[in-house]
Amino acid sequence: MKIQDDNSKIKYYTASQWQLIWWRFRKHRLSIVGITILSIFLIFALFPEFFAPYGPTQRNGENVFCPPSKIVFKNADGKFSPVPHVYGFKRERNKETLKMEYVVDETNIQSLKFFVKGEKYKLFGILPGSIHIYGVENGFVHLWGTDNMARDVFSRTIFATRSSLSIGVLGLFIAFVIGLVIGGVSGYFGGWVDNFIQRLTEFIRSIPTYPLWMGVAAAMPKEWSPKTVYFMMTIILGFIGWTTLARRIRSQIIAIREADFIVAAKLCGASDMRIIFKHMIPTFISYIIVDLTISFPNMILSETSLSFLGLGLRPPVTSWGVLLKAAQNIDTIMSSPWMLIPSIFVILAVLSFSFVGDGLRDAADPYSEKS
Amino acid sequence: MVNFILKKLLSTLITIFFVSIVVFIIIELPPGDFTDSFAAGRSDQGEVVSKAEIENMRALYGLDRPVHERYFKWIWGIVSRGDFGISFRYKSPVLFVIGERISFTTYLALLTMLFTYLIAIPIGIYSAMRQYTLGDYFFTFAGYLGLSIPSFLLALLLLYFSTKYTHTTVGGLFSPEFKNAAWSMAKVVDMLKHIWVAAVVLAVAGTAKVIRTLRATLLDEKSKLYVTAAKARGVSGNALIMKYPVRAAMNPIASTLGWELSYVISGSPIVAVVLSIPDMGPLYLTALLSQDMYLAGTLLIFMSLMTIIGTFISDILLAILDPRIRLGIKI
Repeated sequence: MKIQDDNSKIKYYTASQWQLIWWRFRKHRLSIVGITILSIFLIFALFPEFFAPYGPTQRNGENVFCPPSKIVFKNADGKFSPVPHVYGFKRERNKETLKMEYVVDETNIQSLKFFVKGEKYKLFGILPGSIHIYGVENGFVHLWGTDNMARDVFSRTIFATRSSLSIGVLGLFIAFVIGLVIGGVSGYFGGWVDNFIQRLTEFIRSIPTYPLWMGVAAAMPKEWSPKTVYFMMTIILGFIGWTTLARRIRSQIIAIREADFIVAAKLCGASDMRIIFKHMIPTFISYIIVDLTISFPNMILSETSLSFLGLGLRPPVTSWGVLLKAAQNIDTIMSSPWMLIPSIFVILAVLSFSFVGDGLRDAADPYSEKS
Repeated sequence: MVNFILKKLLSTLITIFFVSIVVFIIIELPPGDFTDSFAAGRSDQGEVVSKAEIENMRALYGLDRPVHERYFKWIWGIVSRGDFGISFRYKSPVLFVIGERISFTTYLALLTMLFTYLIAIPIGIYSAMRQYTLGDYFFTFAGYLGLSIPSFLLALLLLYFSTKYTHTTVGGLFSPEFKNAAWSMAKVVDMLKHIWVAAVVLAVAGTAKVIRTLRATLLDEKSKLYVTAAKARGVSGNALIMKYPVRAAMNPIASTLGWELSYVISGSPIVAVVLSIPDMGPLYLTALLSQDMYLAGTLLIFMSLMTIIGTFISDILLAILDPRIRLGIKI
């Protein structure tokens, strides 16, 4: 940050820690891009009913594995029009292979409407509504095609955002609580406790993560309801992620345990709890937030991978991993490659979290300032 | 040095013992046992299996004994005669079922590690030496991307594009003509032709991480006084970089070698399932799904063993590279 005149100088030197972090953070262009994408995802996750043209399990008649509709800026006469249009599909038998195929039906062209009335829904289970962000008046439009049960892939991806993000947040929260307790105890008390916990963490790290949690996930009985499985998955994800967080928290605490202001607080007779919550946590909270942001991609990737293998979330819960599981074998991918499109969301989410995490890390570091 | 190795060896053995307990707990977790899922599978096919028959089968496999008894019996079998139990599903000893697969996993892991460091170290050095150039930006962005793509997705994409444009599939480990052939030079070449895809897929995330670490440490080391001192004495060019900061920056690379291997082993089952590589991965998945407990447990033990040995080697390597660690001096 350049300090030009006296006014901004005063502003700079009197700014709070969080203000300084925000000023440094907004200079990272990639982080701003990342946080924008994440906000969009968050809005998707909050109001999927509005952003998805169809329900997550709504079927479009017989149109199984229907390819994505192309958007054209032409009207029915073939002239340019500023309103986007989509072609319908008709099913025809291929003369060579005698397979049923989807062929673009040039006669069936419809304008893509925005804010159309569609299937009724209840936002958050209470607010009734029926407006969807886009749609067509007759029939269906599938911008990302349909799956093996004629369900709209785009709608399902939007709905999956909710479970994928929420399971990541819950998993991260569990990981954070375990990491905070174990890392905190280890760092604050030191001595044999620390030694014991360190050995334990090293030991857990020596078992390969995915195979270990594949084993635990496979132990979930098949009779369990999808909701129970969902909660078990958050716990499993929490256990996957806590070791790194515990180590970071421990090293943060060790770094400031002997600091003068902590010793002073101790001499003043402050209790352990007061020292931890009043003095230690505010000192390193920014670093912990950074660590949490950086750990988040791992949660998403773990959930996606486990669900992809069929060991994680199960339908009717839709998550990105569950969606990609449908694209598991080569025949499906070859005949309907659009089944892989949901992976764009996974990549974007992970990429954005990494950008934001890196931006936050630099912003939280008071020594990164070059003024 | 001998003392150091012995100490490490002892702690490694203790770790292996604890791993075996954890593994046993995990394979004991699912409610019911193999006979239950066997009976369920049979009744799905319309066959009726009576309760007495199931009890009989359970007794035959020793599944009616208490947990600790089964654990010690299993461990004793492993330690005394290298007997890892039987696979219920394949009706033969676990080791026989695993057979060559263990070596395939090992080759895959080693090849992945080789790729990771062969690609990452030169790029890391380049990125740090040419900070903020086009090349640096390119590799940084590629690194971000590499860390963001789930490995199974990368494998799927490779499958898709190779089938679409070359009309050959990259899956599997051998061409049909070599599948049942005896080992020969040609077969090894054929395997390498197939296995590299999986190795590249597995290496991507690790490579990105190593590049990042190497770049960061090198940038740190580069501006330190000992480098300036060396420069002042007239050391210049590549010798200056390679002899001083690069040497120092190798330590974090060597110390994370064990984790890197653990990471590769951890990710390999998923990639192997997608690319249908007949190593331990797909077998592990099916063993888990059918509750073939001794097979699943043995595979998990083998995978853990590989990472434990990897960590052991990386500790030794670090001690050789850095005398401070060998002599137990606190840094």
